[in-house]
This record gives sequence, structure tokens and C-alpha cells, in this order.
Amino acid sequence: MSNLAILPILLPLLTGIILVFLNKRLPLVRLITRIMVLVNLAVVSIIAFNVIQNGTIVLKAGDWTVPYGIVLVADPLAMLLVVTANIISVACAFYAFKSLDEQRERYYFYPLFQLLIAGVSGAFLTGDLFNLFVFFEVLLIASYGLIVLGGTKEQFRESFKYIIINLFSSMLFVTTVSFLYAVVGTVNMAQLAERVGEVQQDGVLTTIAILLLIVFATKGALFPLYFWLPKSYTVPPTVISALFGALLTKVGVYSILRVFSLIFVYNLSVTHQVLLIMAGFTLVFGVIGALSTNNVQLIIAYNIIPAVGYMILGIGVFSATALAGTVYYLLHDMIIKAALFFLVGAMVAYAGTSDLRKMGGIIKNQPLLGWLFFIGALALAGLPPFSGFIGKLLILRGAFEEGHYVLGVIGLVTSLLILLSVIRIFINGFWGEPKSEYVQNENSIKGKILPAAFLLVFTVFLGLGAEFIYPTVQTIADQMIDPANYIDSVMKE
Amino acid sequence: MEIIMSVLAGILFTAGVYMILQKQILKIIIGTALLSHGAHLFIITMGKLNRGKPPILSEGVTSYADPLPQALILTSIVISFGVTSFLLVLAYRTYQTNGTDNMEKLRGNDHE
Repeated sequence: MSNLAILPILLPLLTGIILVFLNKRLPLVRLITRIMVLVNLAVVSIIAFNVIQNGTIVLKAGDWTVPYGIVLVADPLAMLLVVTANIISVACAFYAFKSLDEQRERYYFYPLFQLLIAGVSGAFLTGDLFNLFVFFEVLLIASYGLIVLGGTKEQFRESFKYIIINLFSSMLFVTTVSFLYAVVGTVNMAQLAERVGEVQQDGVLTTIAILLLIVFATKGALFPLYFWLPKSYTVPPTVISALFGALLTKVGVYSILRVFSLIFVYNLSVTHQVLLIMAGFTLVFGVIGALSTNNVQLIIAYNIIPAVGYMILGIGVFSATALAGTVYYLLHDMIIKAALFFLVGAMVAYAGTSDLRKMGGIIKNQPLLGWLFFIGALALAGLPPFSGFIGKLLILRGAFEEGHYVLGVIGLVTSLLILLSVIRIFINGFWGEPKSEYVQNENSIKGKILPAAFLLVFTVFLGLGAEFIYPTVQTIADQMIDPANYIDSVMKE
Repeated sequence: MEIIMSVLAGILFTAGVYMILQKQILKIIIGTALLSHGAHLFIITMGKLNRGKPPILSEGVTSYADPLPQALILTSIVISFGVTSFLLVLAYRTYQTNGTDNMEKLRGNDHE
């Protein structure tokens, strides 16, 4: 029974390994990927349903008792995120067939893609801080492979910076984990939470907390550590940008959410105050970046940053309402970012340029693409009835309830500016006079709309069907406020 | 002993950071290698340096070496070994494709 918790990691890992050996036979590789992403989605959905109904599944690797061995903790939060990650993996797998050139497909795109999913699922599921580092490395090494895939000049130029910054933060992560081990003598998250609670969080532990925050803020693209993100996310092909934009930064946010709701919650006036300040700046600078450029892909990439700001704001406020908002926004943002990268990718392929000033009138020939983008834009900005609205509402309500009026207002204004930044794409790109050179690109968006539409269905469902998801999210948030819930479910025999 | 090791790790960190701030790609890679050495030294130091003691926890044993940092350092060494070798290949290909190994010349957004 408890072995179920390892399946979300094991399935993509095995698929990835098998695909390495079959690499020469591309049609077979495509078929296996297509089947396995669907199987994986079905499996994790069943596990998630099981977890939400019957409570957390804890897997003790090798049957070592808890503080000594490695544990995988499939709690409702982790499973919801794993399911969302797998929804994106399905969409990306189907988008990849249509959008990637054969050269890139041959050079191990599918194995790396599967390993990335394995790493992301592992990072969500692990209950051990050092193991979190290991899964971070698994997903980062897969992402290093993906970001240079194809080997164009820009890709090499940007990926080198991406790799160095990630390597540096990984080393900082290891050092911080060893500091933490020296102070409290464990790396198991549940036991960490217990012991930090016992000794109360003094100066040393707060310093370690801030170091961990720097690590996760680098991975999650928070102010002032987001500078590496926009360019390195736009140089690889669309499907890889979508994978990165949807999954990688969210793993950083998830780690902050976990660590700062479970372990370091005894000195809120320092740690969570820092989170709030960072969130405010992240919101403002991210959206300024999105407004500053005419490159459509860069606009979407910059929009990752204020979204991270909202989630961190929810964690910083640290009330049940705001945390529920953060979780809801996390689910929403993973899906909408992938969808928008897909749509913009289709747009660029159709127009033959990513410069907004050279586009126009696409909606005349491609009405479906245009209206889907419109839905995506509204959902991103958080207009009802789409999914962004509920998360944002809860986060901002939490902020106002706890008296963070300035941040609440910043959040509201940012929301408007986000709408402006994406509606600009809609107005300049889709309206106006069509350009004649589009005709030759007619085939280029074939099959690219469907995966995006697939994701937008979930966006609409998260918005209109909030009644189905929201109670679960609220329960998760209520449990997060009290670390004892998590500790008990892991430490019990 | 722990103090000396900590100072040594600190020196490695300093040198590593200095090297990372250089312009030449190869120097940056040496910097990351130094940084990871520093981090590994830290891990092994944080578990207390006990020489000649068995890493066993059993009833009545009062002096023992902590086995966990040794497991952690092994994992970490393997990871940084893999990443460093990948970086070396990447540096070579970057040099081949872009015709320079100077980070100053590797910036700009001319791909639009």
C-alpha cells in the first residue's frame, strides 16, 4: 500500500531509461511517450484520490524507521501538485510531436523530458531535506540537457549562465543542509520540524532559514534573484520553455511553502517579514519587465515572476486563507503558464517573428488561436470566472485580513498591469490588418492548438468547478498552519 | 581539527567565489569545482571528525563516528562530478559555436 508513493517517480524514470535505449527508432519512442504520459497521469490521479480520501501515504525506503531512513511523503498537497505536473507533461508530450524538429527529438528530448518529470515528482514527494537536494539535481541536470538541446548560439550563451547560477545555489543548498544537520542533527523534515519547535528558533536557526530562502528564491525566481530567468527561458524551443516555466520555478515555490510552513515557523517576525518584502518587490519588478519588451515570448516569461510574487505573498501572510490561496494559485499557475507558452509558441510559428511590432491581424485567419489566447490572458490576470481569480482573491483577502494593506494594494495594481501586458499581445498581435507573409506558415500551427486547449479546459474547470477542488485546498491549508499534522503522519509507526 | 577544516572550507569558498567572478569560462568552472570542494568539506566537518571510531549505533557504545554525513558527501561528490564534466563539455561547445570564451562577449540579446 505505502509503496504507491514511489510510483510517480518510478514510472517516468523507467520510461526515460527505456527510451534512451530505443532512441534510434523515433516512431516507437513517440508512441511509448504518448502511452506512458497518459498511464502516468491515470496512476497519479488514482493515488491522489486515494490520499485525499484516506490520508497521507508514507513510504519508508528499505523499511528503515523514520528518522534514520529516507521517507517519501505523499500528502494531499504533494499529490495535487504531482497530478498538475503530470497534466502538463501530457500536454507537453503531445505538443512536442508537432513542434520539435526531428533533430532535437532524436537527441534525447523524450528521455530528458521523462527524467525531468521524475525529478519534479520526487521533489514534491520527498520528506527529507537532503533528498530534496538530490531531486533538485535530478531535475536540474535534465533541464541542463534540455536547455542546450539543439545547440544554437543563443542557447549556449544563455544556458551557461543558467547552469552556473543553479550550480551555485545547489552548493549553497548543500552547505546549508550541513549547517542545519550540525545544529539539530537530522535532515528528515518531520523531525526537523519537531526539533526546531522544541529548541525554539534562535538566531542560528533563523540564519539557516534565510540561507535556505536564498537557495529556493534563486530556483523560484524571486526578487532580487530572478535576473537569470527571462532570457534563459525563452531561448530553447517552445515546448521546453513551457516545461520550465510551468514546473521548475514552481518547485522552488513549493520548497519555500513546505519549509516555511512546517519547519521555520517560530520566528515569523523575521523570516515571514523577509518573505513579504521580497514578494512585494517581485510583483512590481516582474510586471515592469513584462511591460518593457515587445518580444511576445519574453512577455510570457516575465509574467512567471509576478505569479511567484503572489504565491510568496500568500506564504508571507501565513494565515489559513492566504495559504489556501497560495496552493490554489500554484495549481492554476502551472497550468496557465504552460498553456500561454504553447499559444505564444504557435503565434510565433505562424507569424514567423516574435516581435510584437511586426505582427497583426492573426485572428482573421486563426480565430480559434486568438480566442484561446484571450481566455488565457484573462485567466492569467485573474479575472473571474477563470482559475486565477480564486487564488488571487484568497491571497489578497488574507493580506487585507492580516493588515498588510500596502502589499494588498500592490497585488491589485500588479494584477491590472499583468492584464495590460498580455492584452497588449492580443491587441497588437491579433487585431489589426493581417500581414501577407502568413499564408506560407498556414501549416505551422497544426496540432499546436489542441494541447493548449486541453490545458485551458483545466483552467476553466479550476475556476468554474472551484467547489470540487476548493474544499480540499482549504483542508490542506488548515493542516499546514499546524505542523503537528504533518509530523504526526510521518512519525507514527 | 574542526576549526582548521572550517577555515580551509572558508578559504576554498573564497577562492571559488573569486574564480566564478572571472571572465574566462574555464576559470569559472574551476571556481565551481572549488566551491563544491568547500561544500563537501563542510558536510564532513559538520558531523564531527572522530578518527578511528566505528560508525555504529548500538547499545552502550559512547564514542562513534556519525555515518550520515559520509553518506551525504558521497552523493554530493557524485553529483558535482557529473555536473562539472557536463560543464566542461558545454564550455567547449560554447567556445566552438560562439567563437569566444569571454563572458563579457557572451551577453546581449541579438537573437531577436
